[in-house]
Amino acid sequence: MFDFLEGYDLLGAFWTTVQLALLSAVGSLVWGTLLAAMRVGPVPLMRGFGTAYVNLVRNIPLTVIILFTSLGLYQTLNVSLGAEGTEAVNFRLAVLGLIVYTSAFVCEAVRSGINTVPVGQAEAARAIGLSFSQVLWLVVLPQAFRSAVGPLTNVLIALTKNTTVAAAIGVAEAAFLMKEMIENEAQLLLISAIFAFGFVVLTLPTGLILGWVGKKVAVKR
Amino acid sequence: MTEVSVAKEDVAATGELVVLKSVNKHFGALHVLQDIDLTIARGEVVVVIGPSGSGKSTLCRTINRLETIDSGTIEIDGKPLPAEGKGLARLRADVGMVFQSFNLFAHKTVLENVTLGQVKVRKKDKQAAEERARALLDRVGVAAQAEKYPAQLSGGQQQRVAIARALAMEPKVMLFDEPTSALDPEMINEVLEVMQQLARDGMTMIVVTHEMGFARSAANRVVFMADGRIVEEAAPDQFFSNPRSDRAKDFLSKILHH
Repeated sequence: MFDFLEGYDLLGAFWTTVQLALLSAVGSLVWGTLLAAMRVGPVPLMRGFGTAYVNLVRNIPLTVIILFTSLGLYQTLNVSLGAEGTEAVNFRLAVLGLIVYTSAFVCEAVRSGINTVPVGQAEAARAIGLSFSQVLWLVVLPQAFRSAVGPLTNVLIALTKNTTVAAAIGVAEAAFLMKEMIENEAQLLLISAIFAFGFVVLTLPTGLILGWVGKKVAVKR
Repeated sequence: MTEVSVAKEDVAATGELVVLKSVNKHFGALHVLQDIDLTIARGEVVVVIGPSGSGKSTLCRTINRLETIDSGTIEIDGKPLPAEGKGLARLRADVGMVFQSFNLFAHKTVLENVTLGQVKVRKKDKQAAEERARALLDRVGVAAQAEKYPAQLSGGQQQRVAIARALAMEPKVMLFDEPTSALDPEMINEVLEVMQQLARDGMTMIVVTHEMGFARSAANRVVFMADGRIVEEAAPDQFFSNPRSDRAKDFLSKILHH
């Protein structure tokens, strides 16, 4: 029944998906947190930038962003992110596009976490002489992240599935292989089921594990 | 303005530590602080009392600039309060603050709460900071709780940790913003005792409170506020037995006779 799978690198394709998801997750967590810090900070210019970034980027379809990285950045502006060969360049561009897009959602998840931290926590931190950035990184964000685990899990699951858009610029991840197999084999339903199952295998444990982590690290008040 | 000043006979006056001059503040249309003039000497314990909404908490919070002011000046130890930035952070480290709702860092243990400022602001090494933290926790009677998280402590214990956290910075002056108002009645005394001890040790203290017993026994001076103004300043004996302003007489008659 599964004979037709021979000759296709199914695991390799899903491994590319995992790499896309993990690299983008780390990148968007860092950039999204910085954006959130800008949005709650005292500098009007940074607050304005953070707000504008989030509202612009989260309203652009991911496909448009990913296509722009390839057509706009690479083919028009020759930005190759230090990679050699179209395949490697496209992979890096896809990660960049996913980070740009996902960080807008990470920012809002982190900001919702910040809103759960009572004002008194920051006041007490300021009262012992901590600077704004110390208050943020030592007192507010550690508590904000603990209550943002749930929303961030949603963002990570969405990101994992969003990596399929990278197929649009030829990154050989799972959805790219699926399209190829559907074209070559007369097994439409089975192939779709296999790939759907593959994504569930990736995202279901993510949700369960992070759900448990979220409960574990929750701040008791 | 019916301000009544008083001779400070029993004040060990060794210089002015906190000086407020014609301080004004508005919350929208509400004029919460109206031309406040207040001088606190080194080693003095000043208790600020007054009805709700009189501006006493706001006054307390302006002294380390948790609230900004609209006009006037505030000086601490001869230096004007900086508007923001590093200078303000440095000044806040010298002014201890104890809040009504304790505000212990919820994600840190009791010990970490008391060491954080020492390490990050005073740049002490971790071991020296922990040593001092444990000594202070012992002094306020919660040494046994050092490894617990704030949520595992009673309100009275949390507030005593908060006092230790402020003391760890070796502040020049301590501000108490209704430190016992959020406590169950049986826990109020354990916190007041720590404050009494601090007062006896010569700490300069500004205490906003409804605890008249504490005002009588520990204060050098009582400042009575109403409607954003300082209405009367007097030694505690004099204030409680013979208030001069009608507003203070009215206030005391409502709280002392039941």
